[in-house]
Amino acid sequence: MQRSPKARAASLISLPLAWLLIIYIGSLFALFITSIWKIDTFTSEVIREFTLQNFIDVVTDRAYFNVTIRTLIVAISVTLICALIAIPMAFFMARIARPKSRPVLIALVLTPLWASYLVKIYAWRTMLYPDTGFLNWLISPLGGSSPGFGMIAVIIGLSYLWLPYMVLPIYAGMEKLPNSVLDASADLGAKPGRTFFGVVLPITWPAIIAGSIFTFSLSMGDYITVQILGGTFQMLGNVVYQNFSLNLPFAAAVALIPVMIMIIYLGSVRKTGALDNL
Amino acid sequence: MKLSRAAKRTLLAIMAIGFTFIYLPLLLVVINSFNTNKSFAWPPTGFTTEWWSKAAVNEGIRDAVMRSFFTALIATTIALILGSFAAAAITRYDFFGRDTISLLFVLPIALPGVVTGIALNNVFTNFFGKLTFFTIVIGHATFCIVVVFNNVAARYRRLGVNLQEASMDLGANRFTTFRLVTFPLIKNALIAGGLLAFGLSFDEIIVTTFTAGAGQTTLPIWIFQNLFRPNQAPIVNVVAAALILISILPIYLSQRLTADKG
Amino acid sequence: MRVGKHRKLAALVAIGTLLLAGCSSSSDEGSGAYAGPVKDTPGTINVLAWPGYAEDGSTDPNVDWVTPFEEATGCTVNVKTYGTSDEAVQLMQGGGYDVISASGDASLRLIYGGDLQPVNLDLIPNYVGIFDNLKDRPWNTVDGKNYGVPHGRGANVLQYTLGKVNPAPTSWSIVWEPNSPAKGKVTAYDSAIYIADAAVYLMATKPELGITDPYALDQTQFDAAMALLAQQRPLVAEYWSDYTKYIGAVQSGNITVGTSWQVIANVLNGEKATVGAVKPVEGATGWSDTWMISSKTEVIDCAYKWLNHIITPDVNAQAAEWFGEAPANSKACALTDNKDHCKLYHAEETDYWSNVYYWKTPTEECLDGRTDVKCVPYAEWVKAWSSFRNQ
Repeated sequence: MQRSPKARAASLISLPLAWLLIIYIGSLFALFITSIWKIDTFTSEVIREFTLQNFIDVVTDRAYFNVTIRTLIVAISVTLICALIAIPMAFFMARIARPKSRPVLIALVLTPLWASYLVKIYAWRTMLYPDTGFLNWLISPLGGSSPGFGMIAVIIGLSYLWLPYMVLPIYAGMEKLPNSVLDASADLGAKPGRTFFGVVLPITWPAIIAGSIFTFSLSMGDYITVQILGGTFQMLGNVVYQNFSLNLPFAAAVALIPVMIMIIYLGSVRKTGALDNL
Repeated sequence: MKLSRAAKRTLLAIMAIGFTFIYLPLLLVVINSFNTNKSFAWPPTGFTTEWWSKAAVNEGIRDAVMRSFFTALIATTIALILGSFAAAAITRYDFFGRDTISLLFVLPIALPGVVTGIALNNVFTNFFGKLTFFTIVIGHATFCIVVVFNNVAARYRRLGVNLQEASMDLGANRFTTFRLVTFPLIKNALIAGGLLAFGLSFDEIIVTTFTAGAGQTTLPIWIFQNLFRPNQAPIVNVVAAALILISILPIYLSQRLTADKG
Repeated sequence: MRVGKHRKLAALVAIGTLLLAGCSSSSDEGSGAYAGPVKDTPGTINVLAWPGYAEDGSTDPNVDWVTPFEEATGCTVNVKTYGTSDEAVQLMQGGGYDVISASGDASLRLIYGGDLQPVNLDLIPNYVGIFDNLKDRPWNTVDGKNYGVPHGRGANVLQYTLGKVNPAPTSWSIVWEPNSPAKGKVTAYDSAIYIADAAVYLMATKPELGITDPYALDQTQFDAAMALLAQQRPLVAEYWSDYTKYIGAVQSGNITVGTSWQVIANVLNGEKATVGAVKPVEGATGWSDTWMISSKTEVIDCAYKWLNHIITPDVNAQAAEWFGEAPANSKACALTDNKDHCKLYHAEETDYWSNVYYWKTPTEECLDGRTDVKCVPYAEWVKAWSSFRNQ
């Protein structure tokens, strides 16, 4: 006797869904609901009295507008840099490298993911020290100097960290390209460059978007790299981190900014099918 | 696709630059793990294996590695079960709200980690009263589920339903079909997803700082605490270098496994 | 789909429960202190401490007063250090810690928040040696109930890298004035409480503002302090809260001058003299720290043993000497390795401390006693600091 497909689907989805709803969505809800509450100004405890002051503070203080813009600039820069490096690399690995060496190449791209976020960023910190760092040592004979700590350093560091997350989905997307399509394009007289921009990129666009979801989201919320490489530079993640213990309602209000940006982004890329490429 | 030699060479050059970019800092880490100078000024002043021997006997590292290992193990196990269930449900059935639920499964990795962290911290400290080992596991399992889900869902999508239907037409019941037909086909996706989830959990710092209880030191937390301390920093480099070397094999294997199919 | 419906209902109930839990639970009333006697129950205590206060040999193998405690009492100790009082409050409120060395700007917040319990001083034999002017102070005693034992006190010093900053500075002007020779290599403390340091400088340079207590600032005085901070920003390389990161930055030359703790200078000078540290002429902010016990601790006996151990004359001497502060136990002065330690840190004087302004939490009720104006409470300090840091 067959149970209805709907019942089977329900029983499969129920446990994971319950986990996500209760633990994840539930805790997010509990967090964001505090944004309409107050705190005791002395003990920092949350008081359940309605107030819109937190939102007013976030919206009216120019500083938070500035930090949002700066965070967006960093996130977009990181995404672009990662894409510019990842697309040629993924293309090479997926279509030009010999099939036997592909797993090796991918493994080489993925291995840094295991090398501890903190250690990698600290390595960049020592490389970027203004006078004594490795980068300075390397390029000062050429007349250059380390950019020091600040927004540029943060962009470099974050691009470095998230590059594998961009390479993977794009590689998967390019690997799936049927050879027939490429051959057809060549048969029709297109030079490789034209094929690349006219055929390959559009088809793998969802995969590129998928990679961008990672780089964008990971950059929007980062605060650790900013603390280590940023000097006095701050991003939205730092604002949330600084305030969450002393003023949770305010931190929750600020946290809504990156969340809303990401939800808008996710909603707008849904049509491209990127979400199937993660 | 036929490419001119110039184009191939350019691509090769980009590959080389890309890999240099990726591995240069890691190389510095490895070099510094042998550096006699503790402050990592460049160039290094001397060679020593002192840090490696110190790291080998350091109890703090051992505890941290064990804790991270078990956290990742439990989180990945939960994720494998829940993630594959969800993947099966969403890719093979059509039901009310499927697309919304599908979007839901992207959120844990699409929304910034700091938000997840403070949300969980808020609930745990008010609900449980304090943070413990299990609060870490719960936090990790949440995004591990998503990672496994993505891998297995991708596999299911490429699979289609034909093989299962054929199996059942031939008389096998649902469970036998799963055991003999479906599972072998998704096995590699499970392994790849599981390995990725394990790796992410092992290295997770952003959410973990918010969900780890007093004295619950995972490896990333241990690294965070010791990274800048002058006497400990070289040992941290040793740990990082060791992690890199140890991880190459499992990653390669998982790539071989997923590359074979589809 | 009945199965699905029940699941949804269960989820809704769970979310509802989470919502209620998401609100802060009401704090415990300050229950009476532990009656004692202190038993020999073993256990593990989680200690929240300023760096340098509870050394267990991991910073320097010769600097360890935790292991002897563990061996003598059978209590295991886990130490977690923090960089700012705000971090301390956050960690303590998160639960799981038994003992904390709280500065005056954290202690009252924790007491009023119900996170600490009164301490029965009869159970701490070493308390008798504590300097009288550290006993029963407003930041560790509330309504006649004592909440802990003093650890030590000190001033936030002006630290400068030898050879990079000439002549050796004696005034805070080097970190505040736009024409500072150290422009771009200055550091400042990354916490809202640093606004008080700006106020201290204004006390000397703009007496017309009438600031008498850097933690009691009315809106005009507060705005002046924030303006001074904005003036300082172009000089700053990094704001610090992690002392080990600070040490690395000084060693690499990224930072050459700024506010610091004596322990940082001591570590930097460990192998050879690298930095100097002074209390500048304008005075400085400082701290007077107290060891306090969590209201929710489950290892009360070990906690009391720790409090007694840490203010043992010998241990207090070690800790004060390692950190570089004035000890709290008068008997420690005879036991320091450097016989001049107490003189150096003015432990037995009063004049030195007259322009050291211990950290305390600013409240709306002015801490300097003024009743004609409202002062800016700490929550506003935090807001202003957050806004300032993100400009």
